[in-house]
Amino acid sequence: MAADSALLLGLVEEFVLGQQDRKAVDTATGKLKAGQFTILQLVEALGLHLTSSQPQTRGRGVQLLSNVLQECYGDLTEREVKVLIVFYENRLKDHYVITPHVIQGLKALTKCSVLPPGSAVSILKSLFQDIHVQSLMLAERSCVYNILIQLMESRESELKGLGADFVFGFVQSVDGERDPRNLLLAFHIARKIVHEGYDLGKFTEELFEVTSCYFPIDFSPPANDPHGITQEELVLALRVVLTGTPRFAEFLLPLIIEKLDSDVQSAKLDSLQTLTACASVYEHKDLAQFLPGLWASLRREVFQTASERVESAGLAAVGTLTACLSRSVLNSDSEDSLNVFLELVLKDCQHHLCEPDLKLVWPSAKLLQATSTASYRASHRVAAAVLPSLIEQYNSRTQCAQRRTLLEVLQGFVHPVTSSEEDESVLLDFRQSLCSIVFSALSESNADLQITSMRLLTALGQQTGLLLESDVELAVDHLTRLILEEGDPKVSLAVVECAGALARLHPAAFISKMVPRLKEEIFSGGLRSKAVRQRCVAALAAVSSRPSLVQESTPVLLQVLTSAHTGTGAFSLEEVISVCHSLQKIAEQAQDTEETGGVFHDVIPRLLGLALQAALQGSSGHCSPILEETVLSAMVPIISTTCARLQSRLAGQTASLAVSLFLDGDVSFLPENAFPTQIQLLKVSQSQMVCLLMGCVCWLPRTVEVPQMDRLLLELEELSCTCDHPLSYTSAAKCYAGLVNKSPAGEVLDSLIDRTLKRISTELDSASSPVRTQAFTLLLWVSKALLLRYHPLSTALTDKLFSLLSDPELGWLAADGFSLLMSDSPDVLNRGSHADVRIMYRQRFFTENSAKLVEGFNAAVQEKKSGYLKALSHIVNNLPRQVQLTELPALLPLLLEALSCPDQGVQVSTLSCLQPVLLDPPSALITQLEVLVGRTLALTTSPTMKVRIASLRCIHALSRFPEHEIMPFRARVLRALAAPLDDHKRVVRSEAAVARNEW
Amino acid sequence: MSGGARLENANPLIFQRTGERLQTANDEDEDVADPIDDREIFDLIRSINDPEHPLSLEELNVVEQVRVRVDDQENTVGVEFTPTIPHCSMATLIGLSIKVKLLRSLPERFKIDVHITPGTHASEDAVNKQLADKERVAAALENSQLLEVVNQCLISNARTG
Repeated sequence: MAADSALLLGLVEEFVLGQQDRKAVDTATGKLKAGQFTILQLVEALGLHLTSSQPQTRGRGVQLLSNVLQECYGDLTEREVKVLIVFYENRLKDHYVITPHVIQGLKALTKCSVLPPGSAVSILKSLFQDIHVQSLMLAERSCVYNILIQLMESRESELKGLGADFVFGFVQSVDGERDPRNLLLAFHIARKIVHEGYDLGKFTEELFEVTSCYFPIDFSPPANDPHGITQEELVLALRVVLTGTPRFAEFLLPLIIEKLDSDVQSAKLDSLQTLTACASVYEHKDLAQFLPGLWASLRREVFQTASERVESAGLAAVGTLTACLSRSVLNSDSEDSLNVFLELVLKDCQHHLCEPDLKLVWPSAKLLQATSTASYRASHRVAAAVLPSLIEQYNSRTQCAQRRTLLEVLQGFVHPVTSSEEDESVLLDFRQSLCSIVFSALSESNADLQITSMRLLTALGQQTGLLLESDVELAVDHLTRLILEEGDPKVSLAVVECAGALARLHPAAFISKMVPRLKEEIFSGGLRSKAVRQRCVAALAAVSSRPSLVQESTPVLLQVLTSAHTGTGAFSLEEVISVCHSLQKIAEQAQDTEETGGVFHDVIPRLLGLALQAALQGSSGHCSPILEETVLSAMVPIISTTCARLQSRLAGQTASLAVSLFLDGDVSFLPENAFPTQIQLLKVSQSQMVCLLMGCVCWLPRTVEVPQMDRLLLELEELSCTCDHPLSYTSAAKCYAGLVNKSPAGEVLDSLIDRTLKRISTELDSASSPVRTQAFTLLLWVSKALLLRYHPLSTALTDKLFSLLSDPELGWLAADGFSLLMSDSPDVLNRGSHADVRIMYRQRFFTENSAKLVEGFNAAVQEKKSGYLKALSHIVNNLPRQVQLTELPALLPLLLEALSCPDQGVQVSTLSCLQPVLLDPPSALITQLEVLVGRTLALTTSPTMKVRIASLRCIHALSRFPEHEIMPFRARVLRALAAPLDDHKRVVRSEAAVARNEW
Repeated sequence: MSGGARLENANPLIFQRTGERLQTANDEDEDVADPIDDREIFDLIRSINDPEHPLSLEELNVVEQVRVRVDDQENTVGVEFTPTIPHCSMATLIGLSIKVKLLRSLPERFKIDVHITPGTHASEDAVNKQLADKERVAAALENSQLLEVVNQCLISNARTG
């Protein structure tokens, strides 16, 4: 014990004299925690120094004590805490050099869980009384705020007992704070005061003043700010305080009105957003008195604004204001402030709606729409005032442009009106006239008018009860007529959209009216032009979203394919393809139900049957369009989309049928069973149908097992390595890869890949082999399949690809192969087809292989280098931007090298890879600016148009670099850009003009 | 614009914008030379912003395609613009903006002539004279404040692209 106290004395001595800092504190803390001595003993040991006449010595003493307390405030007893608090409160009155340490100590003490009752109040009283917070240093001020926050959290009720004094004390200590870090703390305290019901007493205005003086916040953090405080944070923190209580209303609203006059955009925006926030808290009586002022400012902002953000913030504010006013419960004696406000709005906006040519129509309409969306009552009022005049005007005006504007305004009113269950739609009274307007506009010949009226029709259709059964039928008639008669592509697009939207809601009318009419039209032949049939097919696809409609429309489309095949319908190749696209679209948008699944389950055999028939006939002379590669390729997505969405029972069935068809020639499930029994689909003559097999088996959900997998893979490998028909061997390779990607990992898979790799290598290694391209294609696809699933063997395959880069024949293909490897392919091995795709496989591939690539580049002979550059630019192009940015410094020399490579493909690919990076330039680029500018400028006179365009875009992007960096190049760039301004291609000229204007 | 400043013409007529120029097969073809035509010049100037409204000159009908004349062989470009109201004090500024935009976007071989549509402005001659005077245009662009305003009008507007 004696030794301990001697040690303690020694420690204290050393600390106070300034010989030891951290170590003394640590030792003391350790011993205290271990129970070797108590805090009381420490105080006793300090005794001499704490009573010293030198303020510095006293300061050191208190500092030691505070530091120790910070470490072990949890171990103190209530009695000790009490004594220490009394001591510290006294010390607050002491010399100013001691104050920082005292505050540190108090902060530690407030964290004690055993803080005796009443001490919180006494600490605060002495704090407020004895120190002037704003004359302290930054760290101490933050300490004081932390004490407040701590006490507010642990001793809320005691502080509330202090009443308004607490608020006053806080106001005094915050008044004049400038540091953003401390402001965040101060706003936090103020928010607690406001939100947790502290008594503001007569200091409401003071509290408001002391916080609102920062509004609107204008803060730009210094560059490389370590604290990471943003203006956004401060703005939000302050907004929460200001909008926290309706008691601030009388001060805040005039302030907002004043700040809205500001010229600074951000101040306006902040004011509007604050207004929006407070309107959701306030009640109508808080707002009533300021309504005229607020409205005047809001109107000005929306009418005259230059920025869309301000406008939308203004509209949002109008909306919440209206909503707030609508919430109010009326007393018999108070006037209805909602009415007052709407009166104001209507008075200022209504008359602008009568001038559909002038600019203010739109802001007025938007303001009115904002109010009418806010509440049911408001929408009633506004609709009653505005709609009749709009409708009447539409009927009396004759100019198309004016009527169109009116329709668009009307649509704005129809769209947002929200009606709850019990309220019937506000628009019900105007149903009749709105419908008649729409139908009259639909029968106009002006395209814009038609398009707008269809939008209005769609909007009406979304509201329950606005379109009666008879209206829908009339609408369907109109739409059908437009499909058949209107050739304008914009109108057709709008018709298709509108029909699609309405068909989802009213399928019956479309089944009975539109589908039969379109079918008749499609098969009427000859008379109508091709374009009409095309539109009919597109419309059929668009309306088929409900199962009942799908059941009606797919047979029609299939019938087209059949008749095209038999040659009865005189359908051209493009038409057949567009029918295929339509079927695919239906498969994509159809709701996933048992019914639609069933429909499509039947579609697959029919397609396969057709293709097979065509293939068989193809050898006997008659040429069916189904035989064309383009048609087959268009059929693949129909099958694949369907398969990917089939429920597992049907999916399994489909898989086994398809496999047995292709492996065994089992044709029994195909419709119109008239096939020879011995057909071998994976043998040469019908081999291109393998792409259909790919669409089927590669897109099935992973849970569905493909039967006879081993045999299938073997046959596919054989086909892909021997066939000389590009579509066939590529599809076989894709199909093989798709299956490999999904097969379970394990020895079977490994040995399979080994076998394939050996075969590929043998073919590739013998320079005279006729099937090198085939082997390469298979290699490429299998590599992709394995790369996607992080299979360990993928490295072996990709290494093989890298080695091919220097191959005289395949080098070029290999370089292009990397773009395939890194991008998503639409028909197989993507997420839609349930393939095993790991996230970030691109990054992984890049980090593992970029070094190899660079090495290979350096080792290659001059003529071969461009292959490496091409591969590199393909890989980098497909990387996510974040990775591009971090990797760029290392790759920049290579990419710049690529710019001077004579191959135009490499140039375009590199430029298009650089351009997005340039939009947000990393510092590494800036150091290379000289070379970059030189090389890109040289490319602006390239003989290829694409290179010229891409390089001009890069130069455009360069203009956003920091001004001081690009200043030296300005004259040179401007001079160089004069040449492409006179380019003989218009597209190039316009790019050059844009770029030059930016510079 | 804010703070109670009144606009000279607070509620002007607005006109519809034309769409993007349609790309034709010829545009893609390397070997076909596209001559500079009216539409191309119009595309350059139609997206210029009005100094007082957040609208383009096209929407205010200040510039129209029919009032643009180009002769690619003779290297001349003529643009007439129509101020929204006869007393518009911004006419010179608008004219200057058009002129600067064309100077920056056309090959040097062109002679650029910008003037007010006859009979649409109170002090038509004065403005035309200012715009035709090379020295004065050059001097105006030396003035950094004026250049700032002009650049403001020329900032490419995403909506009109």
